[in-house]
Amino acid sequence: MYDIETYYQAVSIEDAVRALNEDERAIVISGGSDVLIQCREGRLAGCSLVSIHGIEELMGISETPDGEVIIRAATVFSHITKSPIIQRTMPMLGYAVDQVGGPQIRNIGTIGGNVCNGVTSADSASSLWALNATLELVSREGTRRVLIREFYTGAGKTVRKHDEILTAIHIAKKDYIDFGGCYIKYGKRDAMEIATLGCAAMVKLTPDKTAVEELRLAYGVAAPTPMRCVNTEAMAQGAPIHAELFERIAASAAGEVKPRTSWRASKEFRLQLVSELGKRAVKQAIINAGGKTDV
Amino acid sequence: MGVRDSIKRVDAYDKVTGAAKYTADLLPTGALIAKVVRSTIANGRVKSFDLNEALAVKGVVRIFTCFDVPDIEFATAGHPYVLDIAKGDVYDRKLLNERVRVFGDDIAAVVAVDDVAAARAARLVKVDYEEFAPILSVEDALKPEATPLHPNLRETNLLVHSSYSVGTGTYEEAKTSEPDLIEFEGEYSTQTVQHCHLEPVQSFAYMEGNRITVVSSTQIPHIARRVVGQALGIPWALVRIIKPYIGGGFGNKQDVLYEPLNAYLTQQLGGKLVKLEITREETMACTRVRHAIRAKVKALARPDGTLIARKIEAYSDQGGYASHGHSICANCITMFKQLYHDHRVTEGDGYTVYTNHATAGAMRGYGIPQSDFFTECLIEDLAEKLGMDSMALRLKNCLPIGYVDPGTGIHAYTNGLRDCVAKGRERFHWDEKRAQYAHETGDIRRGVGFAMFDYKTGVYPISLEVSNCRMFMNEDGSVNLHMGATEIGQGADTVFTQMTAETVGLTEPNVHIVSTQDTDVSPFDLGAYGSRQTYVSGQAVKRAGEILKEKVLDYAGYKLKKPAAELDVEKDWVVRKSSRDRLLSLADLALEAQYSRDRAERLFAEASIDCHENTLASGCTFAEVEVDIPLGKVKILNILNVHDSGILINPKLAEGQVQGGMSMGIGYALFEELLYDEKGRPLNDNLLDYKLPTALDQPDLHSAFVELCDPSGPYGNKALGEPPAISPAPAIRNAVLHATGVHFNTLPLSPQKLVEGFTQAGLIKEVRPNV
Amino acid sequence: MYKTLTMTVNGSEVSIPVDERESLADSLRNRLGLTSVKKGCEVGECGACTVLVDGEAIDSCIYLSLWAEGRRVMTVEGLKSPTGELSPIQQAFIDEAATQCGFCTPGIIMSAVEIVGTGKRYTREELRRLISGHLCRCTGYESILNAMVRIVEETCDRNAKE
Repeated sequence: MYDIETYYQAVSIEDAVRALNEDERAIVISGGSDVLIQCREGRLAGCSLVSIHGIEELMGISETPDGEVIIRAATVFSHITKSPIIQRTMPMLGYAVDQVGGPQIRNIGTIGGNVCNGVTSADSASSLWALNATLELVSREGTRRVLIREFYTGAGKTVRKHDEILTAIHIAKKDYIDFGGCYIKYGKRDAMEIATLGCAAMVKLTPDKTAVEELRLAYGVAAPTPMRCVNTEAMAQGAPIHAELFERIAASAAGEVKPRTSWRASKEFRLQLVSELGKRAVKQAIINAGGKTDV
Repeated sequence: MGVRDSIKRVDAYDKVTGAAKYTADLLPTGALIAKVVRSTIANGRVKSFDLNEALAVKGVVRIFTCFDVPDIEFATAGHPYVLDIAKGDVYDRKLLNERVRVFGDDIAAVVAVDDVAAARAARLVKVDYEEFAPILSVEDALKPEATPLHPNLRETNLLVHSSYSVGTGTYEEAKTSEPDLIEFEGEYSTQTVQHCHLEPVQSFAYMEGNRITVVSSTQIPHIARRVVGQALGIPWALVRIIKPYIGGGFGNKQDVLYEPLNAYLTQQLGGKLVKLEITREETMACTRVRHAIRAKVKALARPDGTLIARKIEAYSDQGGYASHGHSICANCITMFKQLYHDHRVTEGDGYTVYTNHATAGAMRGYGIPQSDFFTECLIEDLAEKLGMDSMALRLKNCLPIGYVDPGTGIHAYTNGLRDCVAKGRERFHWDEKRAQYAHETGDIRRGVGFAMFDYKTGVYPISLEVSNCRMFMNEDGSVNLHMGATEIGQGADTVFTQMTAETVGLTEPNVHIVSTQDTDVSPFDLGAYGSRQTYVSGQAVKRAGEILKEKVLDYAGYKLKKPAAELDVEKDWVVRKSSRDRLLSLADLALEAQYSRDRAERLFAEASIDCHENTLASGCTFAEVEVDIPLGKVKILNILNVHDSGILINPKLAEGQVQGGMSMGIGYALFEELLYDEKGRPLNDNLLDYKLPTALDQPDLHSAFVELCDPSGPYGNKALGEPPAISPAPAIRNAVLHATGVHFNTLPLSPQKLVEGFTQAGLIKEVRPNV
Repeated sequence: MYKTLTMTVNGSEVSIPVDERESLADSLRNRLGLTSVKKGCEVGECGACTVLVDGEAIDSCIYLSLWAEGRRVMTVEGLKSPTGELSPIQQAFIDEAATQCGFCTPGIIMSAVEIVGTGKRYTREELRRLISGHLCRCTGYESILNAMVRIVEETCDRNAKE
């Protein structure tokens, strides 16, 4: 049995917000794959849970007439990957969440939980950063939207207030249309793994496809929070596709990241991965955008 | 039918339907739950406990501490009892330990009404320690100023040092024994890995009258019975161990891990049913691990590749308690001298050293995976220095036909090693690939590597080897088979069924093996380890089968009024020996024998075997890899094991054993290692951070066999269970060497290690970030 | 706190009292005697506790029982036909010697039910990925994949004929 002190199953978003307001100790549980494990480890023993599991209004993926894609936060990873909307508009994200854990985890883990636990290693994170996602949060005070790059404040920390529920993730059409994307997850094994490094690259090519019109390069586990290599992106803007471009991107990205040495991986090793994966992800993104990289 | 047939596993039906019950599945309702309280230091002493908060947790029944338990030291190793105690295992721990020697040592136990209460209380137990600096390496443990961890048993942390010298003179003398000798020196080491059997360590215990029953996931029920008796200081006959289906063991459960503590708890609680909950994390960090061994090796060879002398000095990290102790290291240095023949001399020194790491015990291969890494890396690197093909160097010097181990007297009656090499070489296209990949360039490079080994079967003459078997015939002519030998997933129940069918003359559906061992009724056997059961316990099956068949033929002769010598048993029928004509069904014979008013006789047989035999199995691994140099990733493109394990009792199950062993060897080579922090606390004692390979990390696993009928095996068979785990790791290391030219001398070949090695070798340009 | 949980298990509706802190694995094992659901790690890493909830494979050790309210749960005990015949998946595991110690077996069989239920003809490599949420220490996954390939082929061939 889990050492749970109180458990409340919310019936709606509003109900969940109310329940969180009434209990300052309460923690949100969605798919459970993070919270229940922490509970078992003893870190959350004796916790108070407000469950948003199974709340209909938190599930599903839709597209507005403007082409804005809305992913409701409690949608499980496998449903995101299988979604025709995601496959058509941003297959990189569908691929990225298909790398989380294994098949069973992907049937219960939710993208909202993945984002709200604030860890730099979340597979969805670097892709959402590359897509300039906006997060919709609902509290007693109403609804607010936060850009993903303003949502994370530190390792495991976000701006989400105690009584706020992440209800949806919005991605505007301009942030995915005409881009080729590639996410690479690097781990010591190929399944049931938390990334040693994650790299999400998106490239929009010039009309003649010989140069980079826009580059977005995001990393997970290269800093305490997911991050974008903004200097590298600026440097690559307008750059013709050439072997030395990839070297420059790699060196620049390595200069922007802040990896640390831990027992899992040394700083030098992570830098090597940042450099190599950056090259490979950008190359593949170019290919996915219809360009050629063997120039 | 019978041996050499790939019949389906006799337990497969129950396993695919969920009917097979493992320890936790058998727990009756109403059990109390116990949890071990573990030390939060690696080296020191418990001075006192403050149990007030813990006892106040609702649902707590009792808390036992290291100050409560009997002052009896016992040994946990799954070895036969040695009458001469001085020559046996080391008795160095109690039920709960006051002197703390590993991080997470068992210092107290909480018993509560449910798992939540037990866990809460365990967290609230306060401990006052006297703390010593943790000793986290063999080097540190051997320093003069190091705290001896078992001062009442050993003055220093050296548990055992053993050595051998085979041949003439010394290694040093060999150096100058002839001109032009080439010497190679190397240092290689292997890491700590854990068994990761899918079913964690589990047990529950209760009493009936004055007898204690422990139901446990163990490989060694009879040995567990003895150790529980010893640990509690009660007659062994008052202990009963029941071993149901178990979810793997691989040697971890060849130790008496928590049965004694579980028995103690029920005893202290008036016989109440107590389940001792051991989590996966506790199983990984606080039960047993494989010995991490570091070896310095030297070799002297003539320019033509003749080995003149070799020397090994191996240091084995025992961890905090003795468990199987020096046996592993002794085994390790022994294989070094067997696999290759040195013209002049082979020297070996093995040191097993106590540290504050997790206690090391038995794990599949028992020191030989480590030994093979040292032996086969040495040969490969020596070949490079000699400018000689490493396969040719091996074949020139390896295990000769008719080999007898001078130390143990073990004969290699059959020796299929060269046949295995030849078979694999062809199937794998070794020579072509070796040439094809000789000059790889670029970021992605391929290579092929090889390693071979030999392995003994069971533990004679080092240890006692005994087994007992009982059979009786039911009224319908079928036979019930009782073994003390255990099914741990390897297929023992199935092969014993086949052996019985073979020897008595039955069809397998008419052999009913009782899978569960209950030490009150099961015949005595030492249990599943050392690749012994098919060879040693198989002898008991064969003998009992012969006795039963004799009785059947005797009764049949009486019934049919024919001499028994003219009769035989075949496929559940008594037949005329010459023509094979069916004369009398076993069903008719057995019913009559059981109930006849003239001659009523229960047809049963028991056999007791004291085995004084052993022999060597052998084999090899061929591996083809693709190395992604910038990312430090090794992909296995093709891997083949070829085994000389005598006649295969069940070829399909044998293949399964080989596949499993290969997967373990691959994990050992590339993925697995248990890491510690500076306090001696395991960092990755869970199945996420300890990288057990998933289906995406394993390649297709190919196997082949060379079947030579071994005269010492009951059905021509010899060791199979452990050998497959021995040679994959050095073969993979040698393949990476072939692909990249870089020598990696420590396991595992993890990505960071590879990237560091490639950077040092100039294959990766170090990243210089533009800041 | 005890709540009544009503769900369909292996085709039958059940209503049982559960402690709201129980995992589905615990409820299935301890309250319904469905001991095929194994606990190998209790953190959703090994897959031994895998069951189907509304046809999707999940790790029941990290799934709260109350979440199964109104849902269809399936374990290995529910695979035999009403007259006791093994399902083709179970038979494939027997025929391919895909079980050794058997502890990972029920969980993998349940994933196989979901996989085969899609009706897709997966390649061996794709099947590797689909069972990558299951750890096995005995088989190296080789015989398990042989069984999976076999059952996928058989099912697709059978569907094609119908």
